[in-house]
Amino acid sequence: MRKPESVIIDLSPHFEIGAKQALQNTQLRRNMGKATQTIRAKRAAVVDEMQEWESLRVAGQRIKDEVMRNLDTYLIQLEAAVQRAGGHVHWARDAREANQIVTQLIQRAGAQEIIKVKSLTTDEIRLNEALHVAGITAIETDLAELIIQLANEKSSHILVPAIHKNRAEIRALFQKAMNLPDLTDEPQQLAAAARRFLREKFMTVTVATSGANFAIAETGSVCVVESEGNGRMCLTMPDVLISVMGIEKILPRWDDLGVFMQLLPRSSTGERMNPYTTIWTGVHQGDGPREFHLVLLDNGRSDVLADRVGRQTLHCIRCSACINICPVYERTGGHAYGSVYPGPIGAILTPQLVGTAHASSLPYASSLCGACYDVCPVRINIPEVLVHLRGKVVAEKQATIQGTLAAENIGMKAIAQVFRHQTLYEAAQKSGQLAQHFFVTDGYIEQGPGPLASWTKMRDFPAMANQSFREWWRERKHNDKDKS
Amino acid sequence: MTKTSRDDMLARIRAAITKGNPHTVVDGRDVSYDMPADLDMATRVAQFAHRVEEYKAWVGQCRSADIATVIHARLVLRNAHTMVVPMDVPANWLTGDITYVRDNQLTRQEIAACAGVITGAAVGIAQTGTIVLDGGATQGRRMLTLLPDYHLCVVRASTIVTSVPQAFAHLGRIAPTPRPAYTFVSGPSATSDIELNRVEGVHGPRTLDVCIVTDW
Amino acid sequence: MKIALFITCFNDTIFPNTGKAVVEILERLGHEVIFPEAQTCCGQMHFNTGYQAEAMPIIRQFVHTFSAYDVVVSPSASCTGMVRDMYRLAAEVHHDMVLAEAVDQLAGRVYEFSELLVNRLQVVDVGAYYPHRVTYHPTCHSLRGIRVGDAPERLLRAVRGIDYVPLTSSSECCGFGGTFAVKNADTSMAMLGDKIRHILDTRAEVCVAADNSCLMHIGGALHRQRSGVRVAHLAEILVAQE
Repeated sequence: MRKPESVIIDLSPHFEIGAKQALQNTQLRRNMGKATQTIRAKRAAVVDEMQEWESLRVAGQRIKDEVMRNLDTYLIQLEAAVQRAGGHVHWARDAREANQIVTQLIQRAGAQEIIKVKSLTTDEIRLNEALHVAGITAIETDLAELIIQLANEKSSHILVPAIHKNRAEIRALFQKAMNLPDLTDEPQQLAAAARRFLREKFMTVTVATSGANFAIAETGSVCVVESEGNGRMCLTMPDVLISVMGIEKILPRWDDLGVFMQLLPRSSTGERMNPYTTIWTGVHQGDGPREFHLVLLDNGRSDVLADRVGRQTLHCIRCSACINICPVYERTGGHAYGSVYPGPIGAILTPQLVGTAHASSLPYASSLCGACYDVCPVRINIPEVLVHLRGKVVAEKQATIQGTLAAENIGMKAIAQVFRHQTLYEAAQKSGQLAQHFFVTDGYIEQGPGPLASWTKMRDFPAMANQSFREWWRERKHNDKDKS
Repeated sequence: MTKTSRDDMLARIRAAITKGNPHTVVDGRDVSYDMPADLDMATRVAQFAHRVEEYKAWVGQCRSADIATVIHARLVLRNAHTMVVPMDVPANWLTGDITYVRDNQLTRQEIAACAGVITGAAVGIAQTGTIVLDGGATQGRRMLTLLPDYHLCVVRASTIVTSVPQAFAHLGRIAPTPRPAYTFVSGPSATSDIELNRVEGVHGPRTLDVCIVTDW
Repeated sequence: MKIALFITCFNDTIFPNTGKAVVEILERLGHEVIFPEAQTCCGQMHFNTGYQAEAMPIIRQFVHTFSAYDVVVSPSASCTGMVRDMYRLAAEVHHDMVLAEAVDQLAGRVYEFSELLVNRLQVVDVGAYYPHRVTYHPTCHSLRGIRVGDAPERLLRAVRGIDYVPLTSSSECCGFGGTFAVKNADTSMAMLGDKIRHILDTRAEVCVAADNSCLMHIGGALHRQRSGVRVAHLAEILVAQE
């Protein structure tokens, strides 16, 4: 159990509490419902038109599996290739170290302001806050990230971070921050306002940070996938570019992009291809930044790598298809997960990065419906990992006195003992049949005792039958024997 | 500090690999997957044109003798009087009463002041309606197709491939050393953050004209 | 054919009629049903809630009880899924390769009821008569877990007199999810609300599924709301006759 140096969660989240609140937010429910339904339909359309989709998913899974088995080799290969192309490579064991490296690079460049392409990894390590402490202003250039930044909020979706905001709210933010009192709430107008505001920054700011969708070990190339063009601006205009990348984002060969650049756009925004993708290698003479730094980040990923069942989590390409299809996320939104990574992927990644003890409610934030596994472009068996992590949560709790004495633990252990033995099981059935009489009306229990109470608060519970199946079976056998 | 971190990280990773390797052995090196049926040239061009159009770009087709005419007509239609042009775009593409500014180490302000940019392309992808720029012949540096608000792109039909994997394989084969920077363009810039309405043109050219040269 | 019945703990205790229906249908089709009485539970509740060490003896009990039989049937897609999809992993994680071997031998012989009928016994029309308006909810385990496909629907459509109405957004989870229904009751109910709405929109009298566990959840709300709609296991429809 590791205490997180970098906290990518706000507190040890209690999903149930956050969810309960969020469920009552009618605007959130409406926005989330509409948004996820729209993205789902778009994804389904572009996936259904590809007969080769399933074979691509398998290819994606196998490539990522190979990466994880040989991660050290590929990282070394990537480092050499980046250096050959004139770039610099830094290794950061955790968030603190990564923030230190980035801060120092920016200070060396003499910049007090930087522009950022959206990067979940930099959110994970809380780069902006670290820079702020060092007196450096980080300006988010993705429209949604800009909105979140101005609102001083946290993102609620990895692809569409401002999904919980409507246009009236956004207009209010822009009016204030950009000093545009006459701004309307037309999406076109709002986008135009953001464009003008940021243009000035793109033309003048000398340092940019980005994340990376993929990095190719064979060639040292780094790939950033985007829609708006702010990525291209940040990757091309400044003098110095610093990319922070989780170590798992590596792909072995250039040709592997042929697989992943089919899987990612269709899975994330439901397009055949996203508007802009930039793939650069080190520094290019007379074209783009003259200085490039790649920061390789661990921050708990090697722990995930060490877990036989959990390792597949590292295959994630951050498409958000699982988030968009999740019936839980659709209703609770992202904030209830209390983590940079929400939804199904968040429920398995966050506990593994920070330790299951620090995110013990997240593996339970799922009905195990499996819809996420069906849409994952790299075939991460999310339900399997969820169940695996639940095992870790329970084992950790049972190692404490408090956990051992908890009602759930005692109850589950007792039931397990009963289920091991036919005689105990049948005896429990019998006593249940007797004990329930007081609570049953017309075949239903509407106000249940003890553990049934949480169930019957919200719905009725069917009564146990007066004669169990096996009792009926024995009676039938007995009657047949009598007859013959 | 950096060297120690590197050693640390590699040691952790190596230990983790041993500890967490799945039971089943999978060879991910020779990964094959299905590809869409290879289309003939005419179908490729048609599909490419159709899919680029779906992104709300203008698409036209012409023969190489008519490139200049088509370009000029588009510029007039777009009311674009100053166009920035890479040094190696052929002079015979550029006609009429338009100011063509060659990118002879222009400043970013000078580039941004132009109404648009004219370039060629390295590869087109029919499956996705994508244009790939690799900074090679007639394409220039990345800033050129980023700052102006209008991009007119001349795509040779013979460089249009069927699928994304084919495009990467081809680019890999022809890549010079050092490897250039690539820009994949699939329609004008867009955002759909605010209530998921698709809004075109946040940064980068909001207008894209594509001219396919059918006999080249 | 000799077919061993795995009734499941909750069917045994709360929904014995489902088991009786399965027995009657299989006997009507000329098969012999065996009920190995040592059976208790598949261990899913414990395993999926994280009590995996506690689940292991229950899992071993199941494997031990059913290993001798060529065909095992269960009127529960979720329990069938537990055996076919999770038992192997459970054995591996607990380093019990003997158990893993036994699971490999057994898993392919365990069928959910509708897939037994349609895929193994090649029967779609079991001679049922049920003149009621009926809709069908494909549970997550039957749809995405063991993938029974359209077997249940084909069986239902072959029922004489039935007025079958498909359910809108049927592939969405009802919100049961085992202990999720209690641990995350609010979210569970929010999901159930939409499922109920779709069921009521069909104007069906009965909502059918291959899992009584999900039906407990759906039926519990339908009953609480005094909706006048009830739930029934697929087998209980298929057993109905003039």
